[in-house]
Amino acid sequence: MRADEGVRLEALNAAPRSRWQRITRSEHLVGWSLAGPAVFLVALFAIFPFFWSLVLSFQENNLLSPKAKWVGWANYDKLAHDPIFTAAIRHTLIYTSLFVPLSIVGGLFVAVAVNRKIHFVAFYRTAIFITLAISTISTAIMFLWLTDPTFGLVNEVLHVFGIGPQQFLSSTKEALYVIVAMDVWGWLGFTVIIYLAALQGVPQELYEAAAIDGASPWSTFRRVTFPLLGPATLFLVIWLTINALQLFAEVYLTTRGGPLFATTVIVYYLFHKTFEQFDAGLGAAAAWVLFTGILALSLVELWIGRRKVHYSS
Amino acid sequence: VSEQVIVRTEEPRRFQQPPTKRRRLPFSNWHLLLFPLMFVMLFPLIWMVITSIELPREAHQFPPVLIPDHVHWQNYPDALKAAPFGRFFLNSLVVSLTVVAGNLVLCSLAGYAFARVRFVGAEIVFILLLATLMVPFQVTMVPAFLIVKWLGLHVSPAIGIDSLGALILPSFVQVFGIFMLRQFFRTLPVELEEAARIDGASRLGVLFKIVLPLSLPALSTLAALMFLFSWNDFLWPLIVIQTQQHQTVQLGLAYFQGAHVTEWTLLMAGNVMSLLPMLLVFFLAQRYFVRSVATTGLKG
Repeated sequence: MRADEGVRLEALNAAPRSRWQRITRSEHLVGWSLAGPAVFLVALFAIFPFFWSLVLSFQENNLLSPKAKWVGWANYDKLAHDPIFTAAIRHTLIYTSLFVPLSIVGGLFVAVAVNRKIHFVAFYRTAIFITLAISTISTAIMFLWLTDPTFGLVNEVLHVFGIGPQQFLSSTKEALYVIVAMDVWGWLGFTVIIYLAALQGVPQELYEAAAIDGASPWSTFRRVTFPLLGPATLFLVIWLTINALQLFAEVYLTTRGGPLFATTVIVYYLFHKTFEQFDAGLGAAAAWVLFTGILALSLVELWIGRRKVHYSS
Repeated sequence: VSEQVIVRTEEPRRFQQPPTKRRRLPFSNWHLLLFPLMFVMLFPLIWMVITSIELPREAHQFPPVLIPDHVHWQNYPDALKAAPFGRFFLNSLVVSLTVVAGNLVLCSLAGYAFARVRFVGAEIVFILLLATLMVPFQVTMVPAFLIVKWLGLHVSPAIGIDSLGALILPSFVQVFGIFMLRQFFRTLPVELEEAARIDGASRLGVLFKIVLPLSLPALSTLAALMFLFSWNDFLWPLIVIQTQQHQTVQLGLAYFQGAHVTEWTLLMAGNVMSLLPMLLVFFLAQRYFVRSVATTGLKG
């Protein structure tokens, strides 16, 4: 400790003269009055509701009357025996297992491409980043129109290639995949930005060293670039998975879970049960199933990431 | 011939200069990938704009009319007549700006307390706050709805069901913001703050005169992210708002779509109008926009 530091600390801790000063100088009071308002709001709208929803999942509640009846595990039992809920889990997992890898591979590929000093690269970047400014609802309306079975442009393009008209979002077989495509398009800007930022942090010396060792561009990418993108990849995998498991707005706007429940995902299911059929207990139980699923998947991804990803200091 | 080969391999190779590529094309091969990609990214937007200036009968043709005979602006006034987009904008703007302001003020205060002030319970409360980041919104959504309903009945209708206050209040403080600002404040040199306190400045004085002016990059990033989050929010407005006069842009657009399912020209005009403000912001501040997402994305 330097000499002047001791003097400073002494000045800070000088004994307050009056009782009032002792209270106002108290770090506890200062700390709580600064953090208090924020902590109160978080407690009111996040911490308290968290425990309440756990209680709610063991109750029967119709959102309208204040009385709630304790029903034990009945809501979870109902979920386990509802084929639509098991289908919702399956659809959510299919969607996630397509959306996340496609976004990662696509985002990485495009980020590498726009990380080069070529002509018009600024235009390309703008065209990709523009999706950041476009809301999910707007995206969904655009894709609804592009894939319209009767007048949609995508069918016209398919027609040029000799493929017959498709039903897309009106087809039980295709609807979920159209939503995957729509979201890969909508999220590309985000994945590319994260990867581009990481790519620009790769030290140039490493590329020079790889070139001296006579590495081909592909093996440079595989052995130098990709490992250094590890933290970005881990972040994206977890972030995209969490968002994918919470898929809702796209489904609500385009298909309302249909046709024939083909796009009913977990959040759509719990929205429908809670706010359209007024079974809040069942909705809360479904939300808790979702929560444990998200937690489990994120932890697995983190665990794999810990073993594979190397952080440079 | 064999002699020449030996001589060549024994020459020191110059690695500093990249080997010149044989080029088949007058431009980089990457354009072959990027040009079609740019087309794919922009086409849905271009097609939306084209449809929005077509006559309904042009939109309802197969094969589609790629370029209409003349520009039919009438869809825009028609869309404005069919739904109060101005009102939606105003609502979204009020909600988003208030959420941004709330987060800037309250997250700064709390972030500073957790970064610098040692007060009783700070560690446990901070861990509790961080834990809420793990919980998806759908879990707390139903109780939050019941709380808002109760607040509307017992405190004030201005924060009850079907009010803008109900859209603002639950987002007024985001734990992410507290965490981000705390991390940022901890990187600032503490000596500056100590010096000011020796000179008699209060904690608040230090925060407002020294810490916050040094934190403008973090604050502006937080503002941009909160604005985007609030502007694009859909599920919470969907369950809380019941009348058209309180709908936000996203909610209004969704209802507009539901009411005019097959009127594509009208829908696209509405969609273009709803996108214009954000696109404008994007083009004016692309660099800043991108940096905000990139930096917090990795730290978040």
